Amino acid sequence: MKVRARDAKELWQEEFEKAPVRDDGIETSTISGIPLKPLYTGDDLPRREEELPGQFPYTRGIHPSGYRGRLWTMRQFSGFATAEETNRRYKYLLANGQTGLSVAFDMPTLMGQDSDAPTSRGEVGHCGVAIDSLADMETLFEGIPLGDITTSMTINSPAAILLCMYIAVAEKQGVPASKLGGTLQNDILKEFIAQKEFIFPPAPSMRLVVDSIEYCAAEVPKWNTISISGYHIREAGSTAVQELAFTLADGMAYVDACLERGMHIDDFASRLSFFFDAHIDFFEEIAKFRAARRIWARWMRERYGAQQERSWKLRFHTQTAGVSLTAQQPELNIARTAIEAMAAVLGGTQSLHTNAMDEVLALPTDKAARIALRTQQLLAYETGAANTIDPLGGSYFVEALTDEMERQAEAYFKRIDEIGGVIPAIEAGFFQKEIADAAFRYQNEVEQKRRIMVGVNEFTVDEEEPLEILRMDPGLESQQAERVREVRRRRDQAQATNALNRLRKAAAGNDNLMPYILDAVRAYATEGEIMQAMIEVFGTYTETAVV
Amino acid sequence: MPKTATKPVRIVVAKVGLDGHDRGVKVVARALRDAGYEVIYTGLRQTPEMVVDAALQEDAQVIGLSIHSGAHMTLFPAVVDELKRRKATDIVVFGGGIIPDDDIAALRKKGVAAIFTPGTPLQEIVDWLRKRFPES
Repeated sequence: MKVRARDAKELWQEEFEKAPVRDDGIETSTISGIPLKPLYTGDDLPRREEELPGQFPYTRGIHPSGYRGRLWTMRQFSGFATAEETNRRYKYLLANGQTGLSVAFDMPTLMGQDSDAPTSRGEVGHCGVAIDSLADMETLFEGIPLGDITTSMTINSPAAILLCMYIAVAEKQGVPASKLGGTLQNDILKEFIAQKEFIFPPAPSMRLVVDSIEYCAAEVPKWNTISISGYHIREAGSTAVQELAFTLADGMAYVDACLERGMHIDDFASRLSFFFDAHIDFFEEIAKFRAARRIWARWMRERYGAQQERSWKLRFHTQTAGVSLTAQQPELNIARTAIEAMAAVLGGTQSLHTNAMDEVLALPTDKAARIALRTQQLLAYETGAANTIDPLGGSYFVEALTDEMERQAEAYFKRIDEIGGVIPAIEAGFFQKEIADAAFRYQNEVEQKRRIMVGVNEFTVDEEEPLEILRMDPGLESQQAERVREVRRRRDQAQATNALNRLRKAAAGNDNLMPYILDAVRAYATEGEIMQAMIEVFGTYTETAVV
Repeated sequence: MPKTATKPVRIVVAKVGLDGHDRGVKVVARALRDAGYEVIYTGLRQTPEMVVDAALQEDAQVIGLSIHSGAHMTLFPAVVDELKRRKATDIVVFGGGIIPDDDIAALRKKGVAAIFTPGTPLQEIVDWLRKRFPES
């Protein structure tokens, strides 16, 4: 006998309520605190026209063919010590089947300082590769044809300088800028919000971002001029919804700034790209990726009036969550990363970095880096995950969660608007406080064992077997410092000084600064010198620290 | 030197080095404040000299350092050395961040009283301070 659907659901509800439930005190909400039902049914499915991949609003993916057309790019973020050593690691990764490069710079490079600056002590080459001038960049890409690969560069305040160095290396290889493909992170807003690698105040920082977008639209048309990043917001402790909302709000702030410059939306929108975290709460992450595409498409078409389809499509890179990794029983990180990477794939990412198990202790060893890459290959070729487009589309749960993420993100956009926009909200400490509150709440849940981190607050072992980690050569710093001094000695000093003077003058005016920076780079002015020239005009920014 | 019971322990919490990863330092600062300590957070990119200046100006008994960039072997001992130079070795230095086990032993030898790495319960840090300053 067939029970009617309504009665069957009521019956289930009754039985569920009678059944014993676990009383271990562990949260049943998502890791971000969204309450979840024990069961989702057809009643939770939103009433809307069927969504399809490659069609507005792209909830199910931007390509009609999904990964059947093309797999995601396996792009492992990598860089350490000197340009020479990193160049060797790049060749190793490419030889092992990696399909794109991604440069990690050291702290002095990220902060626009040369390796011989006093505040660079102890930092050179530690969490990325040290790049001081075009000479280092030439070494970094020696023997790697820039016309044939794409490169992502994680750099923000000095982003324009590093992009110019890349363009200049390509020139020397005989590759025109118009052929270059890759991505510049160049997302200064999330630096103010979360990662805190700002140098200039917000206004000149935004000018540099718009300068690079404008320049690339004309000269480097295949380059992704910005990677609007939720990753760092999430790693700083935000919830998934905050990551989604703050990132897309940043995206709109960049669009507004470009429109203010007088650019046309369809001339730059398709080169904006995004970068999200893939955290450990599997379904929430998938819903986040799906919601991101839908929200962006709607805003671009409806609010900004973009006419071209390619302007509506949100393309993104994903990295698995560094903060989900544990120093305790670090081999477990392989399992965590695999699950997170699967979420990114089911969420339709365009490219992916999988963390290595030892990244919670140091930069990855060759072996750990290879396992991380192999995890992606396993997902692509063994699991079958790439065979069907958006396989979770239509899932009662995932569709309902996608809608919930969208609703909560829209509520944040309203709050940010009420404060006056992204930059006023940064200056008011709004994002910073929201993130710090979320981080503190999560930490307390872990302390109270309402959230379990395996190997940390449960299932611990007394004696850990030490993992072999990558160690930097202690002589590295002085060698690199000597190298940059050598560059300064050997260059045509008049040419470098003149280029820096012209840049300083241009910074005080309204010209696009990219050609001036490119000239300074070609003259082997160092990163620190170029930054200093701009600091003299723009000044620096100090954050009011909020706890 | 034990402090008097009426005076709460003052802790200067600082991010040394160039990295901006302030999630951990902020969570720890809040937890210490909630545990009754007077916490002064200096913010980002403090040099060892700036940290010691702040500790002396604030009459702090403790300095808590956070770093995630790998420069701990240079910068943590530099704070201890600066305290020696300024004859303020009664100030206790502890730290946290991404710090491999082998380095912890070396840092303790160089005068860093304790290192707390990711996954440490906040209560463990508070307990350590209570033991160190029982009258607080």
